[in-house]
Parts: sequence; C-alpha cells; structure tokens
Amino acid sequence: MSILINQQTRVICQGFTGKQGTFHSEQAIAYGTHFVGGVTPGKGGLRHLDRPVFDTVHDAVQETRATASMIYVPAAFAADAILEAADAGIEVIACITEGIPVLDMLNVKAVLAADYPDVRLIGPNCPGLITPGECKIGIMPGAIHLPGKIGIVSRSGTLTYEAVAQTTAAGLGQSTCVGIGGDPIHGMDFIDCLALFADDPETQAVIMVGEIGGNAEEEAAHFIQEQFNKPVVAYIAGATAPTGKRMGHAGAVISGGRGSAEDKFRALAAAGVHIVRDPTTMGRAMANILGVTHV
Amino acid sequence: MNLHEYQAKTLLAGFKIPVATGLVINHPAQAADDQLPFSATGTWVIKAQIHSGARGKAGGVLVADSADSVRSKAADLLGKTLVTHQTGPSGLPVHQLLIEPTSVIARELYLALTIDRQAQRVVVIASIHGGMDIEQVAAQHPDAILRLTINPTVGLMGYQARRLGFALGLTETALKQFPPILRGLYDAFIRHDADLIEINPLAILDSGDLLAIDAKIALDGNAAYRQKALFAARDVTQEDPTEVAAQASGLNYISLSGEIACMVNGAGLAMATMDLIQSAGGSPANFLDVGGGTSTEKVAAAFKLILANPRVTAILVNIFGGIVRCDLIANGIIAAAKEVGLTLPTVVRLEGTNAAEGRRLLAESGLNLIAENDLAAAAARVVHLSQAYSAQKSSIEGAHS
Repeated sequence: MSILINQQTRVICQGFTGKQGTFHSEQAIAYGTHFVGGVTPGKGGLRHLDRPVFDTVHDAVQETRATASMIYVPAAFAADAILEAADAGIEVIACITEGIPVLDMLNVKAVLAADYPDVRLIGPNCPGLITPGECKIGIMPGAIHLPGKIGIVSRSGTLTYEAVAQTTAAGLGQSTCVGIGGDPIHGMDFIDCLALFADDPETQAVIMVGEIGGNAEEEAAHFIQEQFNKPVVAYIAGATAPTGKRMGHAGAVISGGRGSAEDKFRALAAAGVHIVRDPTTMGRAMANILGVTHV
Repeated sequence: MNLHEYQAKTLLAGFKIPVATGLVINHPAQAADDQLPFSATGTWVIKAQIHSGARGKAGGVLVADSADSVRSKAADLLGKTLVTHQTGPSGLPVHQLLIEPTSVIARELYLALTIDRQAQRVVVIASIHGGMDIEQVAAQHPDAILRLTINPTVGLMGYQARRLGFALGLTETALKQFPPILRGLYDAFIRHDADLIEINPLAILDSGDLLAIDAKIALDGNAAYRQKALFAARDVTQEDPTEVAAQASGLNYISLSGEIACMVNGAGLAMATMDLIQSAGGSPANFLDVGGGTSTEKVAAAFKLILANPRVTAILVNIFGGIVRCDLIANGIIAAAKEVGLTLPTVVRLEGTNAAEGRRLLAESGLNLIAENDLAAAAARVVHLSQAYSAQKSSIEGAHS
C-alpha cells in the first residue's frame, strides 16, 4: 500500500517532448513507472521515448486511461496545463514547474475548489512524489529510495532527499514521499497528506519537513493533536535564516507575527510530535521511536 | 520587486486613485519656481524616494514653505544615505525626491491589498488607525484591523466596498469616493501582478475628499515576463549589490553577518545547512542556493560571490546530487575552484549517485577541498577549519605589527 500513486497508476507527462519533460520521463520509465504517454500540443500522433504523444490531455486520457500527470511546461503555461489535466479527468497532478505567478495559482485553486474538488494537485515548484519501487512522478533521484514504512511530506526539495536517504540508511524505507512545494499558494498541504497517511496501513510513521514562513506547520500540529495517531518526526529549516525583507507590513499582519522556526517547533512539540533540531538526525530519531536498531 | 512611491502613484493614478500632483527631481535646480506643483497651503513636502517605510523618522521627509526652501532642503537630502529599521545598518541612497503640495488632513486611514496564503485569496486590510505602524496597531488593537477576502471568480463586489466604507466610519463625499478607489486598487493589483499595494495613510482631507498620501507597491517577481514595462523601471541602487549580481547568475544569495560561507542546492537544504553551522558553533556568512543543474559556471559565480565577502574564513559546499551524478558535480567544483583561485579551506559534502567517486576526485584534486560524506561531520569540520584559519590569520597579523 501507499498513498496517491502505486504500480497501477497510469502516468503521462505534459511538456513531454521538451528538454525537462524528456529527461524526467526517461528517468520515470527507467524506474519502472507505468508510463503511458505524453502531451505536447501540435505533436499528437508522434512517438517519443517509445510512447504515444497526444495534442491534448483529453486525447491522452481517452487513449491511455491515464490517471496521473506530471507537468514540466514553462511557468507562463503552467496554470493552463493544470486546469487542462483536471478537466480531462486526471486525478493526481504533480506540477514541477517553478516560477508561476501567484495570481495564476490563486485562480487555479479557485477553479479546482469549485469545479474539480476531488483532484489532487501536488506543487507547483516541487520535486513531485514517489512510491518507492512502484511509481516515480517528479525530479527526485530514484536510487536513494527504499520501499518501506515511513511516509514523508516536505515543503523543501533537497531536504526531502535528506529524509529519504536517512530512512533508507536506517533500513526503514518509505511508503510514499510527497514534496508539496514551497510556493505561497500550492496544492496539497501537510494536513491533506497526513490524512491519507493515517488511512494507509503500510505507513507506520511520518517525517514532516517544514520551513519558516506561513503557518502550515502550526495547522498541521493542530491536526496531529486532534486526529493523527501515528508517530511523527518533524524538522523545520530556517532557525538561523534572516527575516524576509519586505517593503510594507501587510504580509506580517496576515501571518499575525507567526511563522518562525521556534514557533513551529513549539506548536509541533506541544502536539506530541518528536521534533529534531538537527536535520541529520531525522532517520535516527525515527528508528529510535519505532524501536528499530539503527544501521 | 519594489516600486518607488512616485512610480506607485503614477501607476495608481491610471486607475483613478486620487494622488497629489507631484514633481520628481534628482537635482535641486529641477525644483524651479515654475516647475513646482501649485500648493493651496503654501507649503510643500519633500520625500526621499527609497525602498523603505519609516522615512519620516529617518529624516527623509521634510516640509518647506517657499520655493527657495524646497531647493535648499532638496540639496540637503539628495545624495544622503538614510537608515531606517527596514533598510539595515548600511541604509539606502537617496537619488530622487518627490515634491508634493501639503494637504490639510482631517483623518488618516490604512488601506492595503495583499495575498492571504491561508485563504488563498487577495485580502483587503483596512484600519481607522492610518499613518502609523500597522503592525503595532495589529498587535495592540486586533479589532481595529478590518479584512475582507476577494473571490477571484467575481472580483471585488460592490457590497464589500460599501460595507468597508461604512465600517471605516466614512460619510458623505468620502463614503461615495471609497468604493471606486478600492475597485481601482483591486484592478491595479490584478492587472499588474502585485504582491502588495499599501496606502498609508489614505487621508480624509478637510474638504471631505480622499487622497492617497503615501503608496507602496511590491510586484510578484514571477510575473516579470508579463509586466515588462514595470520591471524595466527597477531601481537596483535600492538593492544589495551582491544580491543583484547573484540574481544575474541565477543564484539566490542573501548576505548575513557570520564568517562561514555556504553553497547549497535547494533553499530548504541551504537553511538547514546554516542551522547546522550555527549549532556546530559557527556563524553563517550567507544564504546561497545554487538551485538545480549545478554547472561549473554557476559554481564559479557562487565562489566569486562568496570570496567577495572579506569576513569569510571557510566555506561549506553541500550538494545533494539528485539526478545529476556527484562525479560530474565534483568536476564542476574543481574547475570552478581553479578558475577563481580558491585558497580558503573548503569542505565539500556530496551525497547522491556516484558520491564516492565524487569524493575521490575532490581528494585527488590537489586543491584545499576537503570531502566529507556526513553532513553533521562536515559542519563540525568547517567550523573547526574556520577557527584555525582565523587564529592563524591573527597570529600572522600580530607578527607583522
């Protein structure tokens, strides 16, 4: 078991024939992902990486019964690509693209909420998601993963890889890893992922990697306290980071002065989360909690 | 990207927001008698155009009661460096002034639009306590902060603007003028990909009319490709020169006060690396995210930025290889180190595919590159090397004095 994606998930790529799309589709295929084709408008009917290319996501879904898409189109076209995937019936959309204007994402979220409430959007500006040994949708290095029992959810890309490498080294492995991305307005958040991990019998515990800014970690702490019963280890990056330079004050008023690493550690600790202040000890802390001898 | 007050007001005037007729100068002589805007009060305000609030307290806002006085005060202000609590200790240079007639103000309101991450909406923030530090108002009188969020599907609704006008206690002329002003601000926000539009204060004049006395606009950097005209007006003299150079090389760099430089791929891992340096007893000299695709050119540009900081005594390079093989990254680091003539002690932590081969290449490079595979050990090592380097440097300086 796992969350969101598995061996059966039929995956397509939007921006398939571009440089990024080609490279990461090759990697996904090599990893063993059930990769059924891709979309590049105007190149429908061609074959690329021994897979069919379609003009539209609707065509791709009709022909391949794809249920998941990874998006590598340029930022200016990403909002359009996300909504095209949703409209075509794609259930899990991972948008890797970075640099999407905030107002585009704000509109995308409003449309998804109103018209496609069941769609799972991961990202944008994220490494994607992976169920080790089964399905890789994103830019993460497949080789560091190990099928196993830890769910990982993270706002940061390379810091996710740290958590993965450490749980692999500890012999724990991962059920599913989700990089939710660092943009201010994004798809699935910590709570959405925790709710899925709660119902996944294979996931025994969760590592949560947060960052300063916003209050997603504080909300997750509240959720964990109220209704999450599996062990959670959390690290927050940015205890020593400078506060953002901003010209006005409205942003600070919105966050109500919250969002420092210390605030987040405190909220998580109060919710019964095992916090680690040293990012090199996430795997070890988890092994200790689960009573697994550290390798 | 931040706009200057005069740029913000020009933009807002295009959306029918009432602003004073101003004159922008970069030399006192430009404030000639026949160029000064008409002032019914007989006085003018001279405002330093820097990317910071709290200019008044720093001496960046002056009042003059004659054209001669405007010119002499302008001469005093131009070329100055102003330090406010938002600029950092080095302050910001004053290259331009905005001169406006003063107004007789009855009341001051606060009005701003920004993005509320939690609501995932544009939010309007308003208060009857304008003209002061809104963060202080929010902390002391949270009830005095009014908010409304806007559904992007329909945009700002008339009832929302009317309700806010009543809630702010507006009457007569001001009450009538408020909804179109709020509509104009929302349209400007959406049309120009703003991150923040702040009018503080929005004044109710003696005449009953509303007037935007100050205006701040910050734009979403991700939207630069579709806001070309505004981004072309960027004033880099108001930004940290090292950070500007970093951006030009595709790097994300922020100067800090410590002595151990770091170069990392990924913002989260970069912050985590800074945290580790601190907990190992050191102090980070910078935040530096080299992003994905760590090419030789990018790494060389990053080393140059780091070496431009005279406080740096040691460097920690922390790269999680991802899909790019570590042996290729190691070769990039070695080539870049040779190119910039790197001599400072440098600890390199490589993790990912082919990490062992990468470490071997570093060890055999003949350069002062120390390979570590454990991140905690790498942090401890760089702190130790930094301390040794500082001790050696001070003993050499001692021997020469």
